[in-house]
Amino acid sequence: MALDIVFAVGFQVLSGVATLLITSLGLAIIFGMMRVINLAHGEFLMLGAYAAILSARAGLNIWIAMLVVAPLAVGGIGLIIERLIIRQLYGRMVDTMLATWGLSLALIGAVTMIFGNTVAGFSAPLGSFAIGSFTASAYALFLIVAAVILLGGVWAILRFTPAGLIARGTMQNAEMASALGVSPDRVYAVTFAAGSAVSGLAGALIAPFSGVVPTMGAAFIAKSFITVITGGAAMLAGTFSASGLLGTVATLGTFATTPVFGEVMMLAVAIVLLRLLPQGITGRFFRRAL
Amino acid sequence: MMEVADVVSGYGRIGVLRGTSFAVIRGECLGILGHNGMGKTTLLRTIMGLLSCQNGCIRFEGRAIERLATHQRARLGLGYVPQGRQIFPTLTVRENLLFGGIAKSWRAKSGTGDILPRILNDFPELKRLLDRPGGALSGGEQQLLALARALCGQPRLLLLDEPTEGIQPSIVAAMIERLHDLRARYGLSILLVEQNLDFIRGLANRALLIHRGQIGREIPRAALTDPTLVEEFIASV
Repeated sequence: MALDIVFAVGFQVLSGVATLLITSLGLAIIFGMMRVINLAHGEFLMLGAYAAILSARAGLNIWIAMLVVAPLAVGGIGLIIERLIIRQLYGRMVDTMLATWGLSLALIGAVTMIFGNTVAGFSAPLGSFAIGSFTASAYALFLIVAAVILLGGVWAILRFTPAGLIARGTMQNAEMASALGVSPDRVYAVTFAAGSAVSGLAGALIAPFSGVVPTMGAAFIAKSFITVITGGAAMLAGTFSASGLLGTVATLGTFATTPVFGEVMMLAVAIVLLRLLPQGITGRFFRRAL
Repeated sequence: MMEVADVVSGYGRIGVLRGTSFAVIRGECLGILGHNGMGKTTLLRTIMGLLSCQNGCIRFEGRAIERLATHQRARLGLGYVPQGRQIFPTLTVRENLLFGGIAKSWRAKSGTGDILPRILNDFPELKRLLDRPGGALSGGEQQLLALARALCGQPRLLLLDEPTEGIQPSIVAAMIERLHDLRARYGLSILLVEQNLDFIRGLANRALLIHRGQIGREIPRAALTDPTLVEEFIASV
């Protein structure tokens, strides 16, 4: 019986960490590679959720809608936004934040106007399974697996492919990269689109339990943001370690008290951590990691 | 090979190059000698497009390049070994070299192919360092790596910015030998900016003086052998 509880809590912790990781990764890629803080990140999640739910309602297989349509749609939107807004503001961090914040309001407004301010239902397409006397959602297990695959996939692309090499080199020294024949503008455009696609995929993945509303991004942007900042300079190791730590704190806090207090504890831990490690976790540990 | 005509460039409103003109002849090594602050690095950065050319014209193999983006100039055949070497610190030596050839191989869709073995054949001392991060190398090793990385892009004109900076004097002679050798083997033209007189004398076919952002007369060969003669020459400009 006691062992059941340990497993059930452990599973909840893992699924909390996985959710945080999935919803932060797109922001981490864009911030880590380009030093652009995308305050419309939450709305990219929302657009991914809408892309999935709309194409599923149109009769598409739900897995294809979530895993293929959502990232492609939001990646495409990201490509356009990079060209129209972000590209004009490279190197001007505050201006970029202001512009993406405006973009976030505009996207919320546009989606509300088109689809209305109602919660769209989107049931978890998997059943549940039992851990001893507890039942857990099989979809949560799927999310954990998805987080591992997503993180591993991004790492493998960066580490082993020519595109990944170009991305890492340009991130370290864009001027030298261009002197070696690589166009930094092109690298940034592709990076922004890739980060957007990951955000879109994340939005579709969390839609079944978060509900789909135009304002759903607001619930995630703050947590994603804190995760990325706590993670520090190394975007993958940072996001992984920060979401591991903060996700665990939030989930355990929720178990011990209430969901609200769980999040308060998570924020408190993040603040203390940034006081001790102003450069984030990877400013001190795993510095050479990606 | 390359003509630079009346080029004006600098940082903000501060003019560093004020109407700089010269030409590099195919196959030669042209040395440009100048003290710190005379515009040597600014000149190479302007040729690469890292600083915008505010006035004047730069032609490379007959084509005006002063409005092209840096990466386009690199793809046309300009290789750049910058001051401070600018090695990618957390990429390994192998990755630094692959990055040097990546624009070429990516566009030719040929993979990284046989550039790496050929370069390692010419730079055997890099072989044992291949898996070390570039930032962990010594100054001399980084200089070799920066040179090898530029050659991975198979340039026809190599721009060298003070390759002797931060290098032990004992290996400067070896570097001159090395560059003579590479020049012959790769059919390179070289534009070298330096303040080290011995290095210019050892490598360059002819030498020009840059002084306050302008190129003066050619420095007579005889004057190159004696620092005091060069100082007299500078004073006479």
